[in-house]
Amino acid sequence: MKSPMSIGLAAASCLSMLAALFMVFAYVPTEAEQGIVQRIFYFHLPCAWVAFLSFGIVAVAGALYLWLGHKIWDDLSYAAAELGMLFCTLVLVTGSIWAKPIWGVWWTWDSRLTTTFILWLLYGAYLLLRAFADDTDEVARFAAVLGIAGVLDIPIIIVSVRLWRTIHPAVLLTRQGEHGLEDPRMVATLLVSLAAFTVLFVWLLWLRLGTLRLRARLAKLRKDLALLEIAGAHR
Amino acid sequence: MNHLGYLGAAYAIIFILIAFYVIVIGRRQARLEREVRRLESALRNKEPAPTAEGDAEGVSGRI
Repeated sequence: MKSPMSIGLAAASCLSMLAALFMVFAYVPTEAEQGIVQRIFYFHLPCAWVAFLSFGIVAVAGALYLWLGHKIWDDLSYAAAELGMLFCTLVLVTGSIWAKPIWGVWWTWDSRLTTTFILWLLYGAYLLLRAFADDTDEVARFAAVLGIAGVLDIPIIIVSVRLWRTIHPAVLLTRQGEHGLEDPRMVATLLVSLAAFTVLFVWLLWLRLGTLRLRARLAKLRKDLALLEIAGAHR
Repeated sequence: MNHLGYLGAAYAIIFILIAFYVIVIGRRQARLEREVRRLESALRNKEPAPTAEGDAEGVSGRI
């Protein structure tokens, strides 16, 4: 937590987040139709981006673990899954808060909402497996397969607003092939928020990998100590 | 259309959840560091003096 890398990433994360907040609340114009509540979008979409990025890393690292068998890939997969879950939860919660004043309901079984909820359930199952099963190679391999299978839901979420009848707006790419942000300041704010959340993700991933490295070191020390005690008893 | 409460709630939840996660990770890391230091010191106290061949492998490599 106190390494120069961690401090640097924390500082970069705080600064970029402050810049994003400044742009959301003081720079970007208010959207004409939805009013002030549309500003949720500038953090809602970056949360979705980071969730997709995390689950993408879970799948790639899981595949590398299945192929090469190195523990580092399993650790990366596990750490990314936890972060993906955090940001996927934020997507669902902020989306729900945004939906209430605009759609009049907290939740509806719309195609994008439903497929995102399925993604949340899939990686919830992944984390339950990691939390309650033993830390064995077999469990790690099973988790890797689950992580790879889960990521197949992401392309479905992305195209869901174009494939099915939906009330969720297609902001980044509309059915006409254009983006739905009418003002260049909206685009700039979204890009700064995306960058801020990406830096935050890298910092959190670094922290989480640090705890997994410590856990592995602890397991090795315990093993060493147990072996020393056995050796001492036989002397 | 004034929905300031919804906007505030959405942003508050984002920062509260992220801060909560950072605090949980920080506490977990501090606990693990303490445990690693304790075990390292226990190992140092139990380990026999290093031999002339050196001791690069660690205990599990030797036994």
